[in-house]
Amino acid sequence: MIRAKIHVTLKSGILDPQGRAIRQSLETLGFAGVTDVRVGKFLEIELNQDDPAEAEAQLKAMCETLLANTVIEEYRYELEPQPSQHAS
Amino acid sequence: MKWGVIVFPGSNCDRDCAHVLADVLDQDVNLIWHGDSSLGELDAVVLPGGFSYGDYLRTGAIAQLSPIMHAVQEFTRTGGLVLGICNGFQILLEAGLLPGAMLPNVGLSFICEDVRVKVENADTPFTRHYESGQVIRLPIAHAEGNYHTDPVTQAALQANAQIVFRYCRTDGTVTEQANPNGSLDNIAGIRNAAGNVLGLMPHPERCAEALLDNEDGQLLFRSMIDSVMSRQAEKPAAS
Repeated sequence: MIRAKIHVTLKSGILDPQGRAIRQSLETLGFAGVTDVRVGKFLEIELNQDDPAEAEAQLKAMCETLLANTVIEEYRYELEPQPSQHAS
Repeated sequence: MKWGVIVFPGSNCDRDCAHVLADVLDQDVNLIWHGDSSLGELDAVVLPGGFSYGDYLRTGAIAQLSPIMHAVQEFTRTGGLVLGICNGFQILLEAGLLPGAMLPNVGLSFICEDVRVKVENADTPFTRHYESGQVIRLPIAHAEGNYHTDPVTQAALQANAQIVFRYCRTDGTVTEQANPNGSLDNIAGIRNAAGNVLGLMPHPERCAEALLDNEDGQLLFRSMIDSVMSRQAEKPAAS
C-alpha cells in the first residue's frame, strides 16, 4: 500500500479571490505581516500498489486528467509507503 | 430540427432549455441522460446550466467524464453545433472543447442579475441574427464565471474572433466596471477555432419569450436553427 498526499494549488500569478479574502480577514483579526494567502486542495489517495515508480505514474495521470486543471492549477505529491495490513 | 439537451446529475436548466426550444420555437427536443453513450440523430446539442455533480472538485470537472461526453466530442469533431450555457460552458472548458478555465468570481459572491452583453462577433452560427456590436440584456447566475486563459490563447481568441460576447455597459463600452465577475477581457462567451462550439455564462434560455419581458436570448436559438437549416439546404440531395 502507498498513501499519496496531493496538493493542488493555483499557479502563481493566477488571482486567488479566496486567498485574498482570507488574508484580509487575518489582518482584521490583528495578525500583522501576512503578505499573501493562497488556497488550494489537499487530497489523500490510497493505492493498492507497492512500487513507487508505478504509483507515481498513476498519480501523475490522475492529476493531469482529473485532480488538477493544469490551465490554472499545479500539483505536487508525496508518497508514503504504508505497512502491509497483513503483517502480523 | 432535432435538438438534444444533456441532463447531468445536478443540471437544473435542462427543462428551461427544452421548454424554449419545444414550446416557444417549435423544435424537436430530446432530453439525453448523461449516462447514455449515444446522442442519436441530432442537429444540435445543448449542455445546460446547473450544478452538475454538485460542482465537486471543480465546476464541470466530473461531468466532462460522463459517458455521453464521448458522443459529444465525436459530434463536435463532425461539425455538429454544441451550445454550453453556464455550467455547460464550464463543462466544455473542462472537456477541452473550448480553451481556458473558470475561476471563482472576483467578489466571491454568487451573482444573479441581468447584465449587458455586447455581441462581438455576429458572424457565427450562434449569433447570425444579432448585429456585431449590438448590446443585449441577459441574466447571469453563477459563482464561477471568472474566465481565465494564458496570454497566447487570449491573443489567439482575439485574432480568430473567437470572443463572441463581452460584458459591457448599456452604451456598449467594455469597461472594468461592467465586468461582474473579473473575467479576463470581460469575456462572457467564446467559440472554438472551428466555430461550431459556443460557451457562454449568461442564460439565453431565461430570456427567450415575451412572457418574461425579455426576448434577447431567443435570437441565439433562432440563429442556430437557421444555420442548421441553411446548411441542410446547401447539401446536395442524396443520390
